[in-house]
Amino acid sequence: MFKTLSIAAFAATMSASSALAATEISWWHAMDAQLGQKLESIAEAFNNSQSEYKIVPTYKGTYAETLTGAIAAFRAKEQPAIVQVFEVGTGTMMAAKGAVKPVYELMTENGEPWDTAAFLAPVTGYYSDTEGNILSLPFNSSTPIMYYNKDVFEKAGLDRETAPKTWAEVEDFSKKIMDSGAAKCGFTTGWVSWVQLENVSAIHDKPYGTLENGFGGLETEFQFNGDVQVKHWDNLKKWADAGLFQYGGPAGGADAPAKFYSGECAIYMNSSASRAGVIANAKEFEVGFAPLPYYEDVISEPKNSIIGGATLWALSGHSDEVYKGIAKFFTYLSQPEVQADWHQFTGYLPITNAASDLGQEQGYYEKNPGSDVAIKQITRGTPTPNSKGVRFGNLTQVRNVVDEQFEALLAGQKDAQKALDDAVAGGNQILRDFEAANK
Amino acid sequence: MQTKRTIFSNKRLPYLLLAPQLVITLVFFIWPALQAVKSSFEREDPFGFKTTFIWFENYTRILQDAAYLNSLGNTAVFAVSVTVLSMGLSLLLAVCVNRVMRPGRIYTTLLVWPYAVAPVVVGILWWFMFNPSIGFIPYILRGFGISWNHRIDGNQAMLLIILAASWKQISYNFLFFLAGLQSVPNSLTEAAAIDGAGPFKRFWTIVFPLLSPTTFFLLIININYAMFDTFGIIDATTSGGPAQATNTLVYKVYADGFVGLNLGSSSAQSVILMLIVIVLTVVQFRYVERRVQY
Repeated sequence: MFKTLSIAAFAATMSASSALAATEISWWHAMDAQLGQKLESIAEAFNNSQSEYKIVPTYKGTYAETLTGAIAAFRAKEQPAIVQVFEVGTGTMMAAKGAVKPVYELMTENGEPWDTAAFLAPVTGYYSDTEGNILSLPFNSSTPIMYYNKDVFEKAGLDRETAPKTWAEVEDFSKKIMDSGAAKCGFTTGWVSWVQLENVSAIHDKPYGTLENGFGGLETEFQFNGDVQVKHWDNLKKWADAGLFQYGGPAGGADAPAKFYSGECAIYMNSSASRAGVIANAKEFEVGFAPLPYYEDVISEPKNSIIGGATLWALSGHSDEVYKGIAKFFTYLSQPEVQADWHQFTGYLPITNAASDLGQEQGYYEKNPGSDVAIKQITRGTPTPNSKGVRFGNLTQVRNVVDEQFEALLAGQKDAQKALDDAVAGGNQILRDFEAANK
Repeated sequence: MQTKRTIFSNKRLPYLLLAPQLVITLVFFIWPALQAVKSSFEREDPFGFKTTFIWFENYTRILQDAAYLNSLGNTAVFAVSVTVLSMGLSLLLAVCVNRVMRPGRIYTTLLVWPYAVAPVVVGILWWFMFNPSIGFIPYILRGFGISWNHRIDGNQAMLLIILAASWKQISYNFLFFLAGLQSVPNSLTEAAAIDGAGPFKRFWTIVFPLLSPTTFFLLIININYAMFDTFGIIDATTSGGPAQATNTLVYKVYADGFVGLNLGSSSAQSVILMLIVIVLTVVQFRYVERRVQY
């Protein structure tokens, strides 16, 4: 009995160690629920496609927690090979030159195909350094869009296929929806800082900060307290008081999705990647998709919206073998089939032109109306320095300051001008700290 | 107080016996505290590539920062409210349970339950109950014409974290108070009753003074709890918002250090927090303890 057991144990150990012969590559990510499951299945598919490398994905919490965790791990010399960092952390990562292995270097050193032109232009623009090199692999890029409840629209006497185009229409539609009793509130939003300030600035071609929104260097200062932004926040406060708009909470806006899913609010603005969650949760009603609204008296042809989401960074301090595996995995991830599948399942943008073309060929966009809203919105017109994106150090903290000031505005402690002035002042202080720490 | 002396024949043995405790204290308390003091004088990028010694700049910056002074005020309001509320309620409950003899055990078990719940779970629980859109308490309050939205109203947010943090601590206080009450000799209260003292008079002149060592101990524990251990509850319910209304000192240390990655400032804040607690505890031992009857 003992003998058979020990033989079994020996065999088990052997097979385990032969599985271990594959080089393990740790991948820290921040995708939960539907997105997390999809991500794990991608890693598994890669692991099954070859036997030399094994990607080990680990969920590390929110984007902010994942970034902090990776930095803490780096300081303790236990850093993962790959870490998913949200767009807000891009400034921080780019400044940390010794901590990262730039992806363009990684790919060329390991003889993997690498062509910057293969990526969608707004994606490349957002993630390149001043020399035009991409430092991290774009993986899940998104942009905010508008979701609306078609059934509520119809109940309120509106056309169920017509979404509001401008903010004036959002106000008008919301009033009709509330007056008719079709829903209790007109609209809500996730990510106030990203959707209602950074993107509002970009869409209306207004600067967010000096030096081309921070792309030009660390000496940048914020400028988001201009007329358009003040007017918009003023309106949001007015609409919140009237009940047309409901606040969903700071950062991502944890309460916002529930307000939309439950039918309390008829319109919901959030990342295009909320699509999977919206479709899974909006069981009682049909969802419409539309671009973000704009002020027609400010701009007749709205500019492109800007990117959110995350990229994959290879961290320094690993063996050549690991880097080879990362390069192979990145090539796998960039394949049109993998990209298109991820894009179509999640609502993230197709990162490469090939993935977008594949979607067209498959007829995906025709079969799923509204699934191309995000890509059309982000590629419309020619990007200006104001709509190319934002790049600031410590942007996570700046967004917290923006949230705080927005809450102070809603509580009636200050008016929109004062709230944005204070946010600019607080934000500039944070930029100076970042500049001092990274000079 | 009694002192007991043990004589060791071997001079090294007592140190050896103390060593494990000392090592743990050094490694897990003293060493990190010194690290915090060190980095409170430095400015460093998140990855730790560049470190500059900047003397007291972190401290001067903090003390001029309106957000920091605001969190100081929040902490005072929060710590005092939580201590008073949780100790007051648990004393009341302990007195009640002490009076009912037989089913006392069942009440005790029920009252101790909340202590077994993890802080974050407590936070989530209260977050659900008070959630402005899906919680049932805002729904009931709406019936009374009260609009509850702690996402916007800072006072309501503060009330929420005080309630959640107190609820969690009531069990602990209750156990100590109940034990304290049961050690009050019945003969004393009976004698007072014979002398014609009513229940309230008996409580305030006999039972409460005899409880004073327990009360004093709990006072220190509760203030420390409110200042240090409530991080999970705040993180799960309000995350310090809205507009910093529930940002306490310990939460700000976390937010600036772990989310904001500003390690210098965060360390300086934790050093100040440490000093505040040291001062508070010394004051309590020197002035309050004198009035305690053992």
